[in-house]
Amino acid sequence: MENKLELDQSKVNLARSTAGKIADHLHSWIGDYTTTTIERAAARLLNIDGVDRGGVPLANVMVEKLQREGLLDRGLISWLSRAVVAREESPQQIAEALSKEELSVSTIAECPEEKWREVADGMAGEAASKIRAVKKERERMMQKAGAPNRPLLYVIVATGNVYEDAVQAKAAALQGADIVAVIRHTGQSLLDYVPYGPTTEGYGGTYATRENFRIVRKALDEAGEETGRYIQLVNYASGLCMPEIAALGAFERLDMMLNDAMYGILFRDINMKRTFIDQSFSRMITAYAGMIINTGEDNYLTTADAYEKGYTVLASQFINEQLGLRAGLKEEQIGLGHAFEINPAMEDGLLMEIAQAQLCRELFPRSPLKYMPPTKHVTGDIFKTYLVNGMFNLVSVLTGQEIQLLGMLTEAIHTPYISDRYLSITNAQYVFSNARRFGDEIFFKDEGQIQSRAKHLLDEACRMLGEIEKIGLEAALENGYFADIKRPSKGGKGGDGVIVKHKDYYNPFNELFMNNAVTAEGGLS
Amino acid sequence: MKADFSKVKPYGDTLNDGAVQISFTLPVPAGDEAREAARQLALKMGLETPSVTEMADLGEGFAFFVLYGKCTHTIDYSAIKIPKRQQEFLSFKEINELIKTEFGRKVVVVAACTGSDAHTVGIDAIVNMKGYAGEYGLERYPEIEAYNLGSQVPNEDLLARAVELEADAVLVSQVVTQKNVHLENLTALVELAEAEGLRDKVLLICGGPRISHELAIELGFDAGFGPGTLPNHVASYIATELLRRKKQQNK
Repeated sequence: MENKLELDQSKVNLARSTAGKIADHLHSWIGDYTTTTIERAAARLLNIDGVDRGGVPLANVMVEKLQREGLLDRGLISWLSRAVVAREESPQQIAEALSKEELSVSTIAECPEEKWREVADGMAGEAASKIRAVKKERERMMQKAGAPNRPLLYVIVATGNVYEDAVQAKAAALQGADIVAVIRHTGQSLLDYVPYGPTTEGYGGTYATRENFRIVRKALDEAGEETGRYIQLVNYASGLCMPEIAALGAFERLDMMLNDAMYGILFRDINMKRTFIDQSFSRMITAYAGMIINTGEDNYLTTADAYEKGYTVLASQFINEQLGLRAGLKEEQIGLGHAFEINPAMEDGLLMEIAQAQLCRELFPRSPLKYMPPTKHVTGDIFKTYLVNGMFNLVSVLTGQEIQLLGMLTEAIHTPYISDRYLSITNAQYVFSNARRFGDEIFFKDEGQIQSRAKHLLDEACRMLGEIEKIGLEAALENGYFADIKRPSKGGKGGDGVIVKHKDYYNPFNELFMNNAVTAEGGLS
Repeated sequence: MKADFSKVKPYGDTLNDGAVQISFTLPVPAGDEAREAARQLALKMGLETPSVTEMADLGEGFAFFVLYGKCTHTIDYSAIKIPKRQQEFLSFKEINELIKTEFGRKVVVVAACTGSDAHTVGIDAIVNMKGYAGEYGLERYPEIEAYNLGSQVPNEDLLARAVELEADAVLVSQVVTQKNVHLENLTALVELAEAEGLRDKVLLICGGPRISHELAIELGFDAGFGPGTLPNHVASYIATELLRRKKQQNK
């Protein structure tokens, strides 16, 4: 591993082990709970799809009925597998019968435990093999296409209409984008269900639905076919339905998921406990499906100052990494986020950006780092923004970032037009090609501004992690350690969806996904 | 050479040359016909001698153009009248002093990002303690009691809180826009305030990258703040406008 910053390895180790203790503390209780969306994710993994006559997803119908009967704490699958035994029907048929009131949850006859467990494990095994098949298909297509140059060009589409999104996504891919994220309705993170079917409306983007995933996946596969590349598709496994969206993405061959352990708490005011429990299960699915997660540390810098609070990004990256590893993700699947957000008016600000980006690279050598463009200090001066984005691209190629969310010259004006995306791609292609091996030729001056800044950031991150370890992550969030935002541990949305597991709780996916992670990797690092 | 303010035209390098640059995309495949289409469109826009300096193929049947031309239209600058919020902004210290001496109580401000908008960057810059670009946010003002309700606040909740806290001013931020949905949301707030008989009791102020004072007035707000606004601009408006209204009442 290259070490241009002359980092003190004992400090790096200290930061990582402290973050590990913070994650262990959360894991001392996460396993005692389930949530309504985890149980709905289990239903979705068993292929329960569709909505009732009122438009309520069948996964929600089943979970609500079980909750009303006080059975949800045993796990949806323990009831569903008994129902499958009793009625000799598929999970989907049972869900439909429930929604039409042809069946009530309390009328399912008991059966021997070995019997329903066998059925449960069989169904879960089938679901897992479907996910593995999707993963294989991705690997096959990626291998056929060959490895693209790094940093990867990542753009967003956000027309608010999935059919328009598909056109723009395809156009972006043909222009050279490697990764396309379809932005979803800004209000979706607070919906406690996943909408159904193709959608043509939304604010800041349209809904993440299984059908929308399919539509855009198809468009991108066509673009990939035409250009001999593989175009990666991204959506959000965040908000109140993290695990369900991860499950749908696993089936529909999404390649990346925005998924942060703390983002929902901080920026969407979602209940802390709910978020920590949900992130863990959603990441197990993501890990098993071979998807990459993108964490959201960049967001801290839109509320807090990027220069003063740069170390909070590092501290959070260490925590996200440790929580990710504990959910079975490999380092190569954890795309830690950071951003180019230092005020461009700052003298030598570029050196500070280089220091932070290079530091991320050296601290997380195997992470497909996700680098986010300037937004906070961007105005309607598109000419200046285009130049600042060029500097952002230069820092990225210099420091070996992997996933480059391209800056739009019309940031702060509107969601991107088709030409904005084109201009951002030409900007990045020019800089990345023109400075491809710049990093190989550059060393940083001993004790110069860049090395000193990196050391300072690491020291501060160690200090912050130490404090968090002492008081616990929950208390740290209550005290505004991240993004200058304070969240009460018992407050926030979705807290009523947290359920203490009964001693007879059963969900075969937990073991199935985690055993895979352990056998594949020979244990957690 | 002096510009005739009654007939103003864009300036490139010679007075009244009318030089403008524009860029746009047409939903047609790039090619000679596309280039000609762009040129003809520019003529219809009132640009003489339009010249396409760049055409790029965006794929999927779209072509992007950079085009220069000479604008044939003129504007009577001397006839323009714009409603002004106020010319000069008071400083942090002046605002606090004004409130202290003139009101003898704290001014209450309630702020939020409303509707589906989850982007608090604007409202945070104005309200949060830290402020923006070296100017303290409203929370730091000793004479202002500021409440930042955060993002995705329904209009109903915002007004309910304003009533509960006896707010003097309500600040609304709208950052994300798509097909002008932010305008609908802002209009809905004004209508709701009117329906609940609150409209004259509070200052309604909106802000965001696509907001101007003129637009805000048109939507029924008391004031609007666009890009480049600092916390003291907003605080200064609130303090002086409240004072003006108080004096008017006392008359």
